[in-house]
Amino acid sequence: MKRLLLITLCSLLPLAGNAMTPEEQGLEIAKEVDRRDTGFHDFKATMTMLLRNKHGEESLRHMRTKALEVEDDGDKTLIIFDRPRDVKGTALLSYSHKTGADDQWLYLPALKRVKRIASRNKSGPFMGSEFAYEDLSSQEVEKYTYKYIRDEQLNGKDALVQERYPVDPNSGYTRQVVWVDKVEYIPLKIEFYDRKKALLKTLEFKSYKQYLDRYWRASEMFMQNHQTGKSTLLTWEDYKFRAGLKSSNFGKNSLKRAR
Amino acid sequence: MKNWFKALCLFPSLVCASEWTGYIEGQGRYFTQEPFDSAQTDSTLSLAFEPEYYHAWDDDRQSFIFRPFLRWDSQDNNRTHADIRELLWTHVSEEWEVQAGIGKVFWGVTEARHLVDVINQTDLVENPDGEQKLGQHMIKLSFERTWGVLDIYALPGFRERTFPGEEGRLRSHPRVDNDLASYESSAGNKRVDLALRWSHSLGDWDIGLAHFYGTSRNPLLQPIQNSANEIVLAPYYELIHQTSLDLQATKGDWLWKLEALYSTSDREDVFSYTGGFEYTFIGLGDSDMDLGVLTEYMFDERGDNAPIAFENDTFIGLRLTANDEQSSELLTGVIKDMDSSAWLYNLEASRRIGDAWKASAQIRLWIDVPEDDPLYTISQDDYIEFNLARYF
Repeated sequence: MKRLLLITLCSLLPLAGNAMTPEEQGLEIAKEVDRRDTGFHDFKATMTMLLRNKHGEESLRHMRTKALEVEDDGDKTLIIFDRPRDVKGTALLSYSHKTGADDQWLYLPALKRVKRIASRNKSGPFMGSEFAYEDLSSQEVEKYTYKYIRDEQLNGKDALVQERYPVDPNSGYTRQVVWVDKVEYIPLKIEFYDRKKALLKTLEFKSYKQYLDRYWRASEMFMQNHQTGKSTLLTWEDYKFRAGLKSSNFGKNSLKRAR
Repeated sequence: MKNWFKALCLFPSLVCASEWTGYIEGQGRYFTQEPFDSAQTDSTLSLAFEPEYYHAWDDDRQSFIFRPFLRWDSQDNNRTHADIRELLWTHVSEEWEVQAGIGKVFWGVTEARHLVDVINQTDLVENPDGEQKLGQHMIKLSFERTWGVLDIYALPGFRERTFPGEEGRLRSHPRVDNDLASYESSAGNKRVDLALRWSHSLGDWDIGLAHFYGTSRNPLLQPIQNSANEIVLAPYYELIHQTSLDLQATKGDWLWKLEALYSTSDREDVFSYTGGFEYTFIGLGDSDMDLGVLTEYMFDERGDNAPIAFENDTFIGLRLTANDEQSSELLTGVIKDMDSSAWLYNLEASRRIGDAWKASAQIRLWIDVPEDDPLYTISQDDYIEFNLARYF
């Protein structure tokens, strides 16, 4: 596998210098990021969000997530809320798609009700945090168009800088600038520009760890909102890849059972 | 105490999760109008407690849940009550899921009323909206396949609807006396009811088809003289066959919803439906707020003879979701009877305070309700309610 990676890498990099347009180069980078993260099959993890407003007041969110890779389509994910206590047991099931709107169902434990929800509400805040739903959903190549900008050093690492433009008109963004690690093809930083094309947020990926000798995951994702002064630190823990999850773990019944 | 609960973990060598969670809530209700009956109260204070014990073992393939509910009410003896909402064992395999014990099930898609939701009896003393339900004894077998989900229910034992007592507001005149309840089935409240439901998601469509055969959860209320020579209403529970459909189309920012049922008893056949839409304006005025506009129409073919309130009525509502740290929400709306002057106004709002507290409020007003309307008996019972809950 490693040799294959090396060959692809070598064949990809020289291309950056010749006849490809910046758009083609941008797309190739996105495809390589996606290719290297393909094949994990499934994973489980816990998520903690530390929300901080501009006065420095903090509040915490605890969630658990499960994800299943779907061949030729977007991932299936289940997010179960543990805290705050009043939303404990609430669960969100998403079937993301490479093109078109995702399918989403919300489980409300007090009424035992499964509600199909309009997933076009992707630009909205996730649990009152600085992350929008679309920032956390499965990042498919087809969801953006791309443009390679330049090579640049970021915190001592060689990075490829690309812009990407959401295909979905319901996205809250007009443009994102992504710094991609030139060696590992993982995102290091993303700047988000709002519908008025003003800088809205910056997301920094920190403390990357490698799982199954292949898949890199940031243990910390820090989102700073420049317009409101609020921030959210998302911490990922207890990653377990290939945890034996199957499509039966992502059905309507599993949503009601989610704990 | 804690150690005792840990001991419930029978196989300590296996990975095993168990926990207590829940809430305690204080509630105040103030009724703004004079009651029909001077025995009825003007305001009430009450306290609700709903702990939940959950325990999973066998690599989460098996679980046990226990969720009792208790309410103490300062005025209404019937509202001071306890119930086991859930006492349920679940076993999941690759092929099926089985549940046995006392459980709660929800069917349906619409907001103004829950027409096809038939498994659990309404705990009416809790709230006149009928959304609070009593625990139901059940054995449920569920299969989830590529063709959808099939649920088969056996429901041994019937729960009678709760009704406010003499001092309570939001009740009929005369009041309902549950001691005089009677049944069409010779087995009375020991009958085993049956239900079957198939549900599936096909692209943008979510569909549910169900059949229920058993004792109707909606009693007929018949005036009768009780042993104290008082005129009261006696609940009579018929046997029904009920076939129902629930359907939702999720088209971008539009949700289109329909619930319909056909119900037969020895006395009558009834066709009834509720249908409408919810449209959401996302990111209202460049903010994080969403505003939903809801409209639903409710129909019952019995018209004015229907024993229910909504036989030809339209609901129009607004749902404001702040998407803020406190999860602030507001749902407000009116239901208008298309055949009479009657209006119902409704407001529900809630907001988290800190990490563990939640405040909520309700306002319900009944306006210009004519005497022949089933809602007339509660039309003097406009109220404002405040709740403060502590979650643990």
